[in-house]
Amino acid sequence: MQLTVWTYEGPPHVGAMRVATGMEGLHYVLHAPQGDTYADLLFTMIERRDRRPPVTYTTFSARDLGGDTAELFKTAAQNAHDRFQPQAMLVGASCTGSLIQDDPGGLARALALPIPVVAVDLPAYQRKENWGAAETFYQLVRALAGPSAPAPGTARPERAAGVRARCNLLGPTALGFRHRDDIVEITSLLAKLGIDVNVTAPMGATPADIARLGQADFNAVLYPEIAGQAASWLQRTFGQPFTKTVPIGVSATREFVAEVAKFAGVDASATLASASTRLPWYSRSVDSTYLTGKRVFIFGDASHAVAAARIASDELGFKVVGLGTYSREFGREIREAAKRYDVEPLITDDYLEVEVKVAELQPELVLGTQMERHIAKRLGVPCAVISAPVHVQDFPARYAPQMGFEGANVIFDTWVHPLMMGLEEHLLAMFKDDFEFKDGAVPSHLGAGHSTPAAGGPVQPPSNASNIAVVWAVDAEKELYKIPFFVRGKARRNTERFANENGVATITIETLYDAKAHYAR
Amino acid sequence: MNVHVQECPVAADVAPKPVRRENGQREVFCGLTGIVWLHRKIQDAFFLVVGSRTCAHLIQSAAGVMIFAEPRFATAIMEEKDLAGLTDANDELDRIVAQLIARRPEIRLLFLVGSCPSEVIKLDLSRAALRLSQKFSPAVRILNYSGSGIETTFTQGEDACLASLVPAAPPTRTSEDQLLIVGSLADVVEDQFIRLFDALGIGRVQFLPPRKASALPAIGSNTRFLLAQPFLADTARALEDRGAVRLAAPFPLGVEGTTAWLRAAADAFGVAPTLFDAVTQPHRIRADRALFRYRDQLSGRRIFLFPDSQLEIPLARFLSRELSMQLVEVGTPYLHREHLAEELGLLPDDVVLSEGQDVDLQLDRCRAARPDLVVCGLGLANPLEAEGMTTKWSIELVFTPIQGYEQATDLAELFARPLVRRAKLVA
Repeated sequence: MQLTVWTYEGPPHVGAMRVATGMEGLHYVLHAPQGDTYADLLFTMIERRDRRPPVTYTTFSARDLGGDTAELFKTAAQNAHDRFQPQAMLVGASCTGSLIQDDPGGLARALALPIPVVAVDLPAYQRKENWGAAETFYQLVRALAGPSAPAPGTARPERAAGVRARCNLLGPTALGFRHRDDIVEITSLLAKLGIDVNVTAPMGATPADIARLGQADFNAVLYPEIAGQAASWLQRTFGQPFTKTVPIGVSATREFVAEVAKFAGVDASATLASASTRLPWYSRSVDSTYLTGKRVFIFGDASHAVAAARIASDELGFKVVGLGTYSREFGREIREAAKRYDVEPLITDDYLEVEVKVAELQPELVLGTQMERHIAKRLGVPCAVISAPVHVQDFPARYAPQMGFEGANVIFDTWVHPLMMGLEEHLLAMFKDDFEFKDGAVPSHLGAGHSTPAAGGPVQPPSNASNIAVVWAVDAEKELYKIPFFVRGKARRNTERFANENGVATITIETLYDAKAHYAR
Repeated sequence: MNVHVQECPVAADVAPKPVRRENGQREVFCGLTGIVWLHRKIQDAFFLVVGSRTCAHLIQSAAGVMIFAEPRFATAIMEEKDLAGLTDANDELDRIVAQLIARRPEIRLLFLVGSCPSEVIKLDLSRAALRLSQKFSPAVRILNYSGSGIETTFTQGEDACLASLVPAAPPTRTSEDQLLIVGSLADVVEDQFIRLFDALGIGRVQFLPPRKASALPAIGSNTRFLLAQPFLADTARALEDRGAVRLAAPFPLGVEGTTAWLRAAADAFGVAPTLFDAVTQPHRIRADRALFRYRDQLSGRRIFLFPDSQLEIPLARFLSRELSMQLVEVGTPYLHREHLAEELGLLPDDVVLSEGQDVDLQLDRCRAARPDLVVCGLGLANPLEAEGMTTKWSIELVFTPIQGYEQATDLAELFARPLVRRAKLVA
């Protein structure tokens, strides 16, 4: 058993729902007790979808357990087919459903429905949401595109001269972080390069579309957590190469363009030359000086976290002080990236462990998920969201992709907004006794109605167990309060740590400046 | 508008109303969701769900994702190895509980909450609770109940939780009759009721659940209890097993319901009718006057209630009698005929009641009826809005203080607001 307060990922059948809900003409029959229908509201409330997810739950209850739950499943599947007339059906069980061992796949076969029925067996007690989504997508692709696979060993036919290259966009699902807008952005980027999109899947695809995935020249894998497995199979089966770079950030987008141009045999130089993104210039502009070396902690799904670390470090001039993911399947990618920034990779799905790490590292900005937003709020650190799991406000009404050149613009704005602007920081220091610039005044962009943090700066992080109590001399404490409040918390902690490490029991003004000098090295 | 309850017919006088029973896909939360409000209500209790990742995900989603820094609930997520053998699962549970108590030493009462998977594999949480109580008492008391979706729907989780508290409550020390109010109410509502009972001269009033687990009410054969919520079948039975006597009454929703509910207590405690009128009349008049505006907005509007919290029948009674709304269909996940007898008696004779749910069939009926307002769960609300219907999230009725005189208008407002919004929006 694992003690959990909050979880980053739901169970694997929720991953299957994300695939099914993203698609059209597919219906998922899930052997599950009534409580599992809560998952519907993830889509209708958090993602604000205007339709119910295409899922029928068998809703078995305790009294059914003594009877025939298998019959219940068959009735539900038959009724769902008759009512929704899907092109294809997914069948499976939730965690409780799998315990009663009714074999939804076999039961569905016995119904002999006139459509393809794909059984997904998701080990609910071992695996999680993203794995469930990847496995479901892979099984669907195998079942629906498999029949049109060429004989093994057949070479991929050359594309006829004058025919535009076609690719599939793989990975976007329902409830994904900005998937909807990323598709639009990448599709338009490909169009500029003269490449057509054959199928985007699972988002927006029908089972018939999945069946013609093999017709594309190559695959663009936008979300490796979900599409990696399917893309490998498509490569083996149809000889379709797939992209390795996730196009988040200016450099990554350029690399992605180079990759797809190579696969498609097109010249990308004109597109790259005309590509406009404001991120590089905004980062270079003098008012971004204050971004230099800002200490940032990053946590999310592996692809978004790796991309964020690269942007933070190379495109904004931040210092990456922490990097982690809850995607254990992608531990290798995170470890490699962590090496580049010389940080210890944090691979965990325990939200409490992440909180301890953030408190310990004292970053100036947290880039994370809905969970890290919460951690950051508690610790008084600015935060921006870069990855699922997310909240309703991360499905904005406006166009806000993460991918491509426009995505880079969105990222610049999103990450910089929670920070105080450079001049604002200096003015706060200079006029710190001014009534509007006093301690605890919040950045002006947050408006007058925004609640002010408690005087004395950010909330203290949970105290480090190894620390013994040190006492502040009165004059030293007075001196501490002359330091601008937004760095005061750090100064206090550094001084206390210094005192602890050097066996100083009472902090004097001298200790304060000794510590300042020590940490300035 | 009849707010004088004396003239109301009692249930025994009316013919039983027909009920459509459905058994199909439900669109209702499971009983685990009760934790979301119970952990705020009982302030020194902690809820440990013994379940799957799905359970953890459900509570997280139902809690609106991250309202609280560290809530007083958690999940012990069962893994593959726990399913292999039960001894293993028990050892694991002991380890998790020890870990939790070390982390949260302020916990005084720990609920082990059963879930669908723990029920299906027959993990005996009552034995676990006994075993762990021996280990951690007197610092921590450990109780258990089931919030599983194969046993309970939504608010029935509260019922199971409160029922588990009853055996732990001390016996009454006096022989004098005592009043117990059963069912989670907002603190502000409790305080209003305390003032009213004080004014009526009904002595010490206790509440179940208490705000502190350490202050469980005393229960004995001199306990007279009033249900404040319509979903407390098991709790009522447990109280009756301890000799307590239920005071039959409608539920304290709306002016009429509140008056009848208070009157049931007043009658049992021998409060003079003149005193009752003197105490309640100013409240009744004020609340009834405040409802006027909403009656204007809601009168004649057709409302369809999907089954969710078991509050549907008292709500329908309030909406039809005090706001003159027309009831198209009133669904409830479960209909407890005895506890709702007074409510059923006050519903119009031609009311369409349904118990249980087959959500697709119910949606068909709802679409065919095109009601002015639909009360439904969160999974259905946006899709119905997209179809042009006006909806009210039923969960708001559970999380908002709606009981008592002062809240009658708040309750009406909950139904009026979606209609006002729809009328305002032009784009």
